[in-house]
Amino acid sequence: MALGFAAGSGRSSTARPQSPSTAQGAASSTSGGQTTIPNPTQANIPPSQPRMGLNIVVLDPAHGGADLGARGTEGIRESEVILEFSSRLKQALEAQGFQVLTTRDGNDNPSFDDRSARANAQRGAIFITLHIASTGLVGTVRTYVMPELPSFTNTTGLIPWDRAQAPFVGLSRKLGDLVQQELARRFRGSPATATVAPVRQLRTTAAPAIAVEISSVAVQQRGELDRMVPGVADAVAHGVVVFRPSYILPIVSSTGGGGEP
Amino acid sequence: MIPRWRLWLGGALLVAVIGAALYFPALRRQVNVAKQLTEKTAEQARRELLPPAPASSGDPRVKAKMYWGSKSEEGPLMPVTVELALSSDPALRAKQVLNTLLAGPVAPEARTLPADAALLAFYLLPDGTGVADFSESMSTSIPSGIQSEQMAVDSITRTLEANVPQVRRLKILIHGQEMDTLAGHLDLTQTFLVNSNGLGAQSAKPSGASILTAPIHRAVESMKSVTKR
Repeated sequence: MALGFAAGSGRSSTARPQSPSTAQGAASSTSGGQTTIPNPTQANIPPSQPRMGLNIVVLDPAHGGADLGARGTEGIRESEVILEFSSRLKQALEAQGFQVLTTRDGNDNPSFDDRSARANAQRGAIFITLHIASTGLVGTVRTYVMPELPSFTNTTGLIPWDRAQAPFVGLSRKLGDLVQQELARRFRGSPATATVAPVRQLRTTAAPAIAVEISSVAVQQRGELDRMVPGVADAVAHGVVVFRPSYILPIVSSTGGGGEP
Repeated sequence: MIPRWRLWLGGALLVAVIGAALYFPALRRQVNVAKQLTEKTAEQARRELLPPAPASSGDPRVKAKMYWGSKSEEGPLMPVTVELALSSDPALRAKQVLNTLLAGPVAPEARTLPADAALLAFYLLPDGTGVADFSESMSTSIPSGIQSEQMAVDSITRTLEANVPQVRRLKILIHGQEMDTLAGHLDLTQTFLVNSNGLGAQSAKPSGASILTAPIHRAVESMKSVTKR
């Protein structure tokens, strides 16, 4: 599986052999049995062209379709409620001038790779996957970021699809911490900084990527979750705005890995 | 005039009806008890059939630390000291502590792993990678969410770290298979850090994970075949 960025086009092109429906006009390749994606940090951008800025936010309401996610009392289903959080956050981000793409708007359930591909097909994008937990202190919110991933040999300008997040871990942590600081201000009991956890959805995403999980479906009434929607949207949108100046694509050495630019 | 035999028959039937009415509640209770017994899940039945990790009478009783859930401000997990007879063999010792962790704490709300989950096998590879193979309930019965799945894995890795220092990393299999996630969130394609002693700096990250390499797969398969022989 491979992701490619059209040189100097300002927009990536992605094709994933396993899921042609999500291909967005790009090339992918399989090298030595391993699916790889061209390294977005090595795109052939003319020196006179300004560096990529953050323009696009890809929102991923988790679960959907037959996968209901967490289920609580009164028939609360994560896959349904999370669409409201996503919709409100989309409005808040658009009000800040971002272009917002979503991995789903209805009751469908794209695969992990299809969701990642939505972000991997963009340049100048970040990825935010939204969840509601089964557990945790009701009324709190946690942001998760990936731990360091093993480095990879990068002689071809390709990065392995399975480790697409590797070059972006540093930026993801910065984004995660900024978003979590905003959430902690609005939701007492939430951690002050982002939590490190190997979240599957983030691993294959070639962009700064975070998971935001709201606690929880264990509320007494659905209204308790609904009341959190505006606060979560404002906090995350504000965190992304604060992060915006930090968004500079990381330079990846020939031995791979990533980190801060 | 009614024949006497009819009176006797009617009386006998009346006594039988009254007797049945009195016996009915007791019968109902017995049926309910029998129903509850047969409602055990397949996982529970298998768990009962699985031989517990043998504790030799020669194994010394030591104080083991089990990481179960906590609502204290010190964190979501809290060590609880339990006195166990633990083997000196690290793979056997790992089985013993994980089975104790699965059996659960005294307080059910402190449980971190599903009550009907079972440890099917545990292998320890020469490089310090432990491979724990859990039953499907570990995946299907765990509460959905990043936080709950991370707490489950953390309780396993921290319990191993505290009691089996030879285990450096942990690979989790479900019913002998490598799974994409534990229950839709936490990545199981990688190994989890247990004990950073002797590991490189990159692996020595809290809650860190590293990509599972093909040699681990081969080693597990070869150990399985050795076990079957």
